[in-house]
Amino acid sequence: MTLSRLRARALGRPGRRVIWALAATVALGGGVAEAQPPIGIVRPAHEQGQPLSLLGRELYAGNCASCHGIDGRGVGSLAPQRGVGAVKGLGPSLRGVGALAADFYLRTGRMPLERSGKQASRQGPQFNEREIEALVAYVASLGQGPPVPQPHPERGSVAAGLHLFTEHCAGCHQVAGEGGVLTGARVPLVKHSSPAQIAEAVRIGPFLMPRFSRRQISDRQLDSIIAYVRLADAPVDRGGWGIGHLGPIPEGMVTWLIAVVLLVGVCVLLGRRLS
Amino acid sequence: MIRRAIRFLDQRSGSAPLLRKSLRYLFPDHWSFLLGEVALYAFIVLVATGVYLTFFFDPSTAKEVYHGPYAPLRGFHMSHAYKSVLDISFTVKAGLLIRQTHHWAADVFVAAIVVHLLRIFFTGAYRKPRELTYVIGVLMLFITLLEGYLGYSMADDLLSGMGLAIGYSVALSIPLLGANLALLIWGHPFPGDPSFWSRMYVAHVFILPVVIGTLMFLHLALVASRHHTQFRRQARQTERRLVGVPAFPAQAPRSLGLLAAVAAVLFLLGGLVQINPVWQWGPYTPSLGTNGAQPDWYLGWLIGGMRLVPHFDVTLGKYTLIPNPFWGGALFPLSVLVALVSWPWLERRLTGDHAAHNVLDRPRDAPTRTAIGAGFFTWVLLVFVAGSADRVTVAFGLSYPAQIWVFRVLVVVAPIVVFLLVRRVCRELHQAELIERDRERAEAEARQAAGARAPRPA
Repeated sequence: MTLSRLRARALGRPGRRVIWALAATVALGGGVAEAQPPIGIVRPAHEQGQPLSLLGRELYAGNCASCHGIDGRGVGSLAPQRGVGAVKGLGPSLRGVGALAADFYLRTGRMPLERSGKQASRQGPQFNEREIEALVAYVASLGQGPPVPQPHPERGSVAAGLHLFTEHCAGCHQVAGEGGVLTGARVPLVKHSSPAQIAEAVRIGPFLMPRFSRRQISDRQLDSIIAYVRLADAPVDRGGWGIGHLGPIPEGMVTWLIAVVLLVGVCVLLGRRLS
Repeated sequence: MIRRAIRFLDQRSGSAPLLRKSLRYLFPDHWSFLLGEVALYAFIVLVATGVYLTFFFDPSTAKEVYHGPYAPLRGFHMSHAYKSVLDISFTVKAGLLIRQTHHWAADVFVAAIVVHLLRIFFTGAYRKPRELTYVIGVLMLFITLLEGYLGYSMADDLLSGMGLAIGYSVALSIPLLGANLALLIWGHPFPGDPSFWSRMYVAHVFILPVVIGTLMFLHLALVASRHHTQFRRQARQTERRLVGVPAFPAQAPRSLGLLAAVAAVLFLLGGLVQINPVWQWGPYTPSLGTNGAQPDWYLGWLIGGMRLVPHFDVTLGKYTLIPNPFWGGALFPLSVLVALVSWPWLERRLTGDHAAHNVLDRPRDAPTRTAIGAGFFTWVLLVFVAGSADRVTVAFGLSYPAQIWVFRVLVVVAPIVVFLLVRRVCRELHQAELIERDRERAEAEARQAAGARAPRPA
C-alpha cells in the first residue's frame, strides 16, 4: 500500500482535504518566493558582455564592500569583538591579501558571508568561474599580495605527508581528514579539496586555524601534506567497506544495527516453538 | 560403532548417567533464551581467533623503522607492537580476516551480553534462587569491558594511545588512591614503563580470558543446577513443573545452528567490513593526537559521562581533592555496576517478595520493575549517545555546546518521563488483560448455564 493511501485512510476524508489545502499553500508560497527579488549574490545586469576588470569591481561593490570597505580598506570597528579569531571591526582590509586569499575564500564558497563574525563554512562556490576570476583579479589589484599557489603534490612523499599531517593537522582535522569539533568552531573536512585550496588554507589560516609560514611548513613539505590528503581521498581500504574512516562510532553502529539485528533475527527463527 | 565408543568411554569414566541426564536436560521453548548463547558463541570465536593472533603479535615497545608493504608508513619509527599489527593486516596469511573477525566478535560479544542482560532484567529472571547467576553475569560484562579496552590499547596506534591517555587520567583522578594506582599499573608516568605492555598483554591473552571462561562455566553450572526459568504459556507450566524441549534431540541442533550463524555473521563482517584500520591512524606518540578519537562502542558511555559532567574540580586550598574525570570516568560506571548488582536485593526490599521464582514475569506483569529498568537504561543510553556528540556536529552541523546542554537536561528529565510512561502503559496492558479474562470467564459460565458445552481451555 502506498504511503499516500495509508495516510488518506488514517486521516479520513477531511484529513485529505487538509493535505490538499496545505499542498496548495506550499505551491503558491513557492511561486511567490520565486517572484521576489533574489537575496544573496548581487550581479550586474549585463554580466556576459563586461570586461573582467569592470565585472570584478561591480561584483565587489555589490557583494563584498559592505564588510571589506571601499577599495578593500576594511570596515572599522562597530562593536569590538574579543577572543581568538575575532575580526576587528566588521570586515578586515583586503589590501595585500592577494589572489591567494580571494581564490581560497571564493572557491570554497566561504565568501560572501551571511553576516560578519559567523564561521564561514565550506560549500560549493557562490560565484561562477568567470565571476571568481574577475573578483580574484580585482582583490589582487588592491595591493601587493601572494599569488594563487601552484603546489606539486607529485613531488611530495606520502609518508612524510602523513607524518606532517599527524603533527600539524590531525589534532583538528582528524587523521583521515574527516574534520571534527573544537571549542568554538567546527573543523571542516580536508578531503576532496583541490591541491591549491589546501596550500592556500595552510598559508592563510582561516577562522581559528593557525597560519603556517614557509619557515614552519616549507613548500616542499606542503607538497607532501597534499600528497597525503589525496591518498586520504581514496584510502587503502583493505578489509572491506570503509564505513567512513572514523573508526569506533560507525563500527558500533554496524555492531548494533547489522550484527545484533541479524543475530536476534536468527534467534527468533531458530527459537520457533518445537512443542 | 557409536554404541561401542560410548561403552568404551562409560566403562572407563562412568560418565553415562551424567551424559544421559544432560541429554535430557529441559530447555524452555522460547527464542529469548538463545540470546545468552549468542554471547557464548561470540566468546568461542574470540578465543579461536585470538589464539591465532597471539602467534604473530609482539607486545614490545622497542622501536624499529617500518619498511613493510604499506607505503604511507615507510620510514616511520614505530613499536614492535604496532609493526606486528600492521604485519598481521598486510602480510600474515588470513591475518586481516582473523584480526577483523576478532574485533567484530568483541563488539558483538559485549552487545549480546547487554541484550541478554535486558532480557534477564525485564523478565525478573534474576530473582531467588538465581541471584548468583545474575551477579556473575554482570561481573562478566564489566570484566569484558576491561578485556576489550586492553585489546584496543595493545595495538599502539594513535587511537589506542589516546585511549590509554584517557584511562591514565581517569586512574589518576581517583581520590587518595589515584596516583599510586596509576603508578602501580603503568609503572612510570604516562606513557608508562615498557613492562606495562607485557602486563596488558598477559592480562588480555591469559588472565582475563581465563577469568571470563571460569565465570562463564560457573554461570552455566548455576543455570543448570537451578534449571532454566520459563514463561507461563500453558496452564501446566508452574513454579514446580518445567515444560520445555530436551537437550537432545531438540535443543542441541538448534544450538549448533546458532553457533554456525554467529560464526558466519562474525566472519562475514570480518571479511567484508573494515574495523579499526590501524594503518590509517599511524603509530602513537604522546605529543600527537587526532580529532574525533573514540573508544570502541562499549566504552562510549564513559566518554559521554566525562563530556556531560560540568567542568569543576573539588579543591581544598591549592590541593585538588577530586579531579574532574573521576565523576564521568570512574564514579559513573561504578554506580551503574553497583545498581545492577544490588538490584535483586533492592527489589526484594521494595516489594517484600522473598519467595523463589521459576516462572518469569512478562514486562507488563511487574510495571514498577519494568518502569525502573526502562528509566535506568534510558539514562545510560543517553549518556552513551552523548559520547558521539562531536561527530553529530560534524555530520549534521548541530552546535556542540548546545547538544551537551540538551543532554545534560535530558539525562535528568528523560528517565523520569520514561519511568512514568512505561509504568502507565504496563498497568493498562495488565488491566486490559484482567478485564478480558473476566469477560471470557463470565461468557463461559453463561454458556454453561445455558446448557451448552463449555469449550476446552486452550
